[in-house]
Amino acid sequence: MSNAPYALELRGLCKQFGKTEIIRSVDLCVKPGERVAIIGPNGAGKSTLFNLISGRFAPSSGEVLLHGARIDGHKPYEINRRGLSRSFQVSNLFTRLSVFENIRCAVLWAMGYRYAFWKFLADLDDANERTDEVLEMIKLDKKRDVLATNLTYAEQRALEIGVTIAGGSSVILLDEPTAGMSRSETSRFVQLIRDVTVGKTLLTVEHDMGVVFGLADKIAVLVYGEVIAFDLPDAVRANERVQEAYLGSVVAESQAAGVHV
Amino acid sequence: MQHTSSFHFKPYNVGRWLVWGIFALVLVLAPLVWTSGLSQIMLTQMGIGIIACLAYNLLLGQGGMLSFGHAVYSGLGGFLAIHTLNLATSGALPIPVSLVPLVGGVAGMSFAILLGYVSTKKAGTPFAMITLGIGELIWSMSLMLPEFFGGEGGISSNRVIGPPVMGISFGPQIQVYYLIAIYCFICTAAMFALTRTPLGRMLNAVRDNPERVAFIGYDTHWVRFMAFVISGFFAGIAGGLGAINTEIVTAEVVGAARSGAYLLFTFLGGATFFFGPIIGAVLMVVALVLLSELTKAWLLYMGLVFLFMVMYAPGGFASLIMMNLRVAAFGKLRQLWTAYLALAGTALTALLGASVMIEMLYDLQLSATLGSHLAFMGVSLDTKGVDSWFGAGFVILTGVLLFELSRRSFKQQWDGVQEEIEKDIKRRETL
Repeated sequence: MSNAPYALELRGLCKQFGKTEIIRSVDLCVKPGERVAIIGPNGAGKSTLFNLISGRFAPSSGEVLLHGARIDGHKPYEINRRGLSRSFQVSNLFTRLSVFENIRCAVLWAMGYRYAFWKFLADLDDANERTDEVLEMIKLDKKRDVLATNLTYAEQRALEIGVTIAGGSSVILLDEPTAGMSRSETSRFVQLIRDVTVGKTLLTVEHDMGVVFGLADKIAVLVYGEVIAFDLPDAVRANERVQEAYLGSVVAESQAAGVHV
Repeated sequence: MQHTSSFHFKPYNVGRWLVWGIFALVLVLAPLVWTSGLSQIMLTQMGIGIIACLAYNLLLGQGGMLSFGHAVYSGLGGFLAIHTLNLATSGALPIPVSLVPLVGGVAGMSFAILLGYVSTKKAGTPFAMITLGIGELIWSMSLMLPEFFGGEGGISSNRVIGPPVMGISFGPQIQVYYLIAIYCFICTAAMFALTRTPLGRMLNAVRDNPERVAFIGYDTHWVRFMAFVISGFFAGIAGGLGAINTEIVTAEVVGAARSGAYLLFTFLGGATFFFGPIIGAVLMVVALVLLSELTKAWLLYMGLVFLFMVMYAPGGFASLIMMNLRVAAFGKLRQLWTAYLALAGTALTALLGASVMIEMLYDLQLSATLGSHLAFMGVSLDTKGVDSWFGAGFVILTGVLLFELSRRSFKQQWDGVQEEIEKDIKRRETL
């Protein structure tokens, strides 16, 4: 790993689809070990930003640096091999494989097994141990032989995070990890995310303000493709532009819904 | 077999040794049980078909790649093998006949490297279209390059080279059978082993969700490509064995009909289970050799069976077997046997009516000059008479109607049994 001051750095990142500018010159610096929540109204470009960082789309201009090295325009698997892993808003699993196999697939590359066809999976002790470890972390060890497609929604969300963190990437991107969950599931999930990302750099997209303030060291506010604030939670809350543009209404809404932020 | 995690034989490894032991035993004993010339030819073809269909299923079942042109690799393997055999016969190349299939394998693999690199760049429909295109390309080349493909007559050869080694000359069919049986066993074991390796598992992952695979560090193109090359290797071996078996290779071995047969019978056997294509290959030989002897309308019957399976049992015969084994393992198969009897009886009735009509139709079209009487299962039918057509129609109608009724009641019972099994599993979990 390099001595770059930032785990992840975005410099003047832009993305256009046709003539529509979705991301307009985003600059963002995330230090190693920081937890950053990206918030913003619907259509602000949060998911697109994740897609640009993780290599799903190539940026129109600008740079993405992972541990000081350029990764913009690289293929998703190349970026993942350099230590960045992401989850998806809609669970993106290997539906016809068991929970155990889902996680094991996600540890194989990181453990150096690549495209091996001369080794039996059953003999890969380190990969199997790591898989069991991850299953325990995401509390799915009792469901190890269940096909991913047969899991409940909350279990699929947990597996989604398990597949994301299993490879041991140092930078983790979670796209709305608690979307569609009940209150009690959400609070349990926030704890789970805290546990599995200890010592890692974390970026999450989140709508639930309870999760945002419970999880993040810093908050980035994205509005119409621009980062209008990137600061500590209290500072962001106090920021006038943010209140104007976005947060005020959401805080009011969530307070009305009885959530303490 | 990884999809049946909820059901496996109790002492796991003993079960596996048992299954492989039985497979080896069947391969050894089959020609001693079925000793006639025809059945030995069929058994030989089954051995080849098993390798070819399993190789095809590496793509279809394991990797989710629908190929319309896999005969290219088995066929080109066959051509390279027969040319090698001719070189060996003329003494230009000192290679034992028993290793010629490996030449076919290497040839199949080489062409898979060359052509597969392009097709595996894509998945899904584009992949299927590219394989179709490559299949047509090779087929048209077979007409353009008669030196290599032998034109209309194909390339013939002689598998008996020089004096016999340890009594083996590969002259008698039985010796060829055992050569193929050995290849069949080794190739089956190797392909099963592949499903238990990192590459094999990632191939399943690419089948289920290629997008996610890219985000856990794997290049989906490379996973598909490697599987394609390995599949080409085994297909080439099958082609090489075919060349030794028939001592002639004609251009039709690279043709679309052969590719279609791999797809059709792999699907019928069951692509979702490793052993499905083995059943498929056996059915393929039975259909191609026996059914085609029995009736001129055999392709029509095959089409009907295929349609029926796609609609009612998309997992093929293998999944039917595994689902019923699961029911049996929970001791509930007894509840279903009357429903099965009703299903079979009504299906046979409908089939009888349909086949009378089909045979009469074929007779009218093809044997009109021989008079209007058709012998069908010991009954003489008048193909121009109203009675036999009306009778056949009536039988079909009754059969289909009763079949639909018994299918519905069967479905109800089946779903009930499945529910009971789910409850049983839940109860066991809580214990």
